[in-house]
Amino acid sequence: MQVKKTRYDQLTENLQPEEMILNMGPQHPSTHGVLRLELITDGEIVKEVIPHMGYLHRCFEKHCEYLTYQQIIPFVDRMDYLSSMNNDHAYVMGVERMMGIDKDIPKRVEYIRVLVCELNRIASHLIAIGTYGIDIGAFTPFLWCFRDREHIMNMLEWASGSRMLYNYIWVGGLFYDLPVGFEERCSEFVSYFKPKLTELNQLLTDNQIFISRTAGVGILPLDVAINYGCSGPMLRGSGLKWDLRRTDEYSAYPELEFDIPVGKGEMGKSGDCWDRYKVRAEEVAESIRIIEQCLERLQKELKRGPEFDPRSKLPKKIIPKEQDFYIRAENPRGELGYYFISDGKTEIPKRVKARAPSFNNLSVLPEITRGVLIADLVAILGSVDIVLGEVDR
Amino acid sequence: MNIDEIKKLLSEKFGSEVIMNIQSGGLQPALVINPELIVSVCEELRDNKNTWFDFLSCLTGVDHGIESNKFSVVYHLASIPHKHQLVIKVIIDHDRNSEVLPTFNSVSDVWKTAEWHEREAFDLLGIQFEGHPDLRRILLPDDWDGYPLRKDYIAAEEYKGIKIKE
Repeated sequence: MQVKKTRYDQLTENLQPEEMILNMGPQHPSTHGVLRLELITDGEIVKEVIPHMGYLHRCFEKHCEYLTYQQIIPFVDRMDYLSSMNNDHAYVMGVERMMGIDKDIPKRVEYIRVLVCELNRIASHLIAIGTYGIDIGAFTPFLWCFRDREHIMNMLEWASGSRMLYNYIWVGGLFYDLPVGFEERCSEFVSYFKPKLTELNQLLTDNQIFISRTAGVGILPLDVAINYGCSGPMLRGSGLKWDLRRTDEYSAYPELEFDIPVGKGEMGKSGDCWDRYKVRAEEVAESIRIIEQCLERLQKELKRGPEFDPRSKLPKKIIPKEQDFYIRAENPRGELGYYFISDGKTEIPKRVKARAPSFNNLSVLPEITRGVLIADLVAILGSVDIVLGEVDR
Repeated sequence: MNIDEIKKLLSEKFGSEVIMNIQSGGLQPALVINPELIVSVCEELRDNKNTWFDFLSCLTGVDHGIESNKFSVVYHLASIPHKHQLVIKVIIDHDRNSEVLPTFNSVSDVWKTAEWHEREAFDLLGIQFEGHPDLRRILLPDDWDGYPLRKDYIAAEEYKGIKIKE
């Protein structure tokens, strides 16, 4: 039987004399983890990029075949390890909707969830911004971002007991209520962080060297972005106002005021690396706005009381009815989805598939890097902001 | 557009045999589509201005279990202009002990998102996608034996001399 040749075979077998295959990664500092890019180059010009992933594959879906719904939450944490709270939130919402208890969740629980998710979103974006700076040669923003992120890590550690992988949001409630004094300390952080954000913008956003490296590079047209399933800052950087926090109106988000920043092509063309960076930088400011509103409500009408128990709605046994269900939510990197199949008999799901935003965002990389310089490839890859734990799962 | 209108639209365009079943038990009803017609149905759903499903959220391969000998692929579509969602499924019978892999038509020409998702389904479940341009393993090593998410999968004892089982 004649085996059909894949595109990979066609690309790598018929090289021209001037072309060369160059391996970038898996141990390359600018691949943000263990991603291997196989480049077909002509001198300094990248003709084709072939991503190879799977170095961090931990069989998330195979594990789920043996674990109950509650036991899966720590595994979900480890997918996108930079924004565990957001992963938990999406997963938990899905299970709650299948159970039909999503309307019974106390308001204070919902607001705490949004608060910790937005804190985690800032932490995640700070890493994206900081490492993006270092990718293209700016060292200072990296240190500044990590300094400020550490304050968030400390706060979330205080609340959940863990620095990065929280297991804090549970089906039906929370692990614990916020520790006493958390709201006040969080307010202090907000007033500390706001001027730092201005400093960061002066350092990077308006930096002429940074603009020259990123503006007009790696342009992702909107139709291509949609066709490849890009979401989050990738899609918004191309100029589309699409944020699931607004589209799906889940959790406490309908009651909160925030804007959706989009890329306008101010420095180069719409959808370039600078736009994607700028969307993230603006989203940090929007998250601060959300946090301020949450804190205000958590300190006033949703103040903690002796009768408040974050575990009061925890189901004794999580056995959803027989059905399949897809939940999507906005992760810092885009649309995070979980597809559940429940057989209605056991606590163990028949199938859980995760639709990771980085996985889809990365798939567009070969399309937008055709014909760029190798140095620009690093800039483009950094602007995609992948987390390999999530790509490989 | 709700699921009944979409059903009507598809039946008018492709005839009544295009929709084999509607699964309306859970919170998200799903249309079960004729395996032969899936690509043209997807093209129609994407291009028709009333449905306009321009965004493929997720594509999942499913093994229905050892007794039933069924495999399916589930497509979660979303429309950015209309803000609605749709689930469509393709289910086929397949004898899991045969040499041939269960085969579906690839929708990677309709949405590029499907390209990597179909590679993942091929990698983990051993589902063949006809018309896919680059069907290779994506998460597991190229020389891996078997398809781990199949219900009858037995984990290997070792991989290249490395013990992987207790």
